[in-house]
Amino acid sequence: MNAIAWISGAVAVLATLLAVTRRRAIHCLLYLILSLLAVAVLFSTLGAPLAAALEVIVYAGAIMVLFLFALMLLDLRAPGQEEGAGGGRSLVPWLGAGILGAVLLAEMLYVLLRAPGGGPAQVAPAEVGAALFGPYLLAVELASFLLLVGLVGAFHLGRPEPKGESR
Amino acid sequence: MSALAVGLVTAGTLFVLGLAGVLVRRNTLIMLLSIEVMLNAAGLVFVLAGSRWGQPDGQVMFLLILALAASEVSVGLGLLLQLHRRTGSLDADRASRLKG
Repeated sequence: MNAIAWISGAVAVLATLLAVTRRRAIHCLLYLILSLLAVAVLFSTLGAPLAAALEVIVYAGAIMVLFLFALMLLDLRAPGQEEGAGGGRSLVPWLGAGILGAVLLAEMLYVLLRAPGGGPAQVAPAEVGAALFGPYLLAVELASFLLLVGLVGAFHLGRPEPKGESR
Repeated sequence: MSALAVGLVTAGTLFVLGLAGVLVRRNTLIMLLSIEVMLNAAGLVFVLAGSRWGQPDGQVMFLLILALAASEVSVGLGLLLQLHRRTGSLDADRASRLKG
């Protein structure tokens, strides 16, 4: 279990390092997704299955798709500050991500096939749910308010500009 | 080293990488991504602590961080779209002459 934690931690650090240093925004995004998946593996080795699932579903799924939508809405090639025009690129960007992803896949297969239910003391999802709706009820309500405020703010900021406004 | 120590080292490194990304990069989208990296590292420490003492509180805090990250990203991306609409690029230095 320790070796798996080591490997996934190393994959997370490497993928994040690549994510903050790549030039093209889409490469950064994909490397960051890889890093989040590695952190999810780390969560699952630490005995936190709910956090691992939420990391994949909410972080790597929802939030990164939001980034992807924003990237698609912005035409980043237009100002000419991003290098390269696409076609005829080398295989190198895919190689790094492919190797790191393959390491994670190998880890997942090993855990599924060889070591079922190992690891440290598990914190079951049921306990987390009981805590959420017991002592943390007020915090959950505040989080829902925060999400509502985020929704309203995003709607207000993303609205198309009225024609008559002077700016 | 136990899995706990590995996780702590990973979280610290991730946080430093995210901080460096915010400070070094000038592309606003990547600065936002680096903030996500830092939030993720903080969540990792919470889950680690919860796993160390076998309590569900760590994962509850991770859930709250998740909600915070989601709302922060939605507002941040809205601001980013506005920046792109007004200055025509995502460069943070282009927004150095904001007024009012």
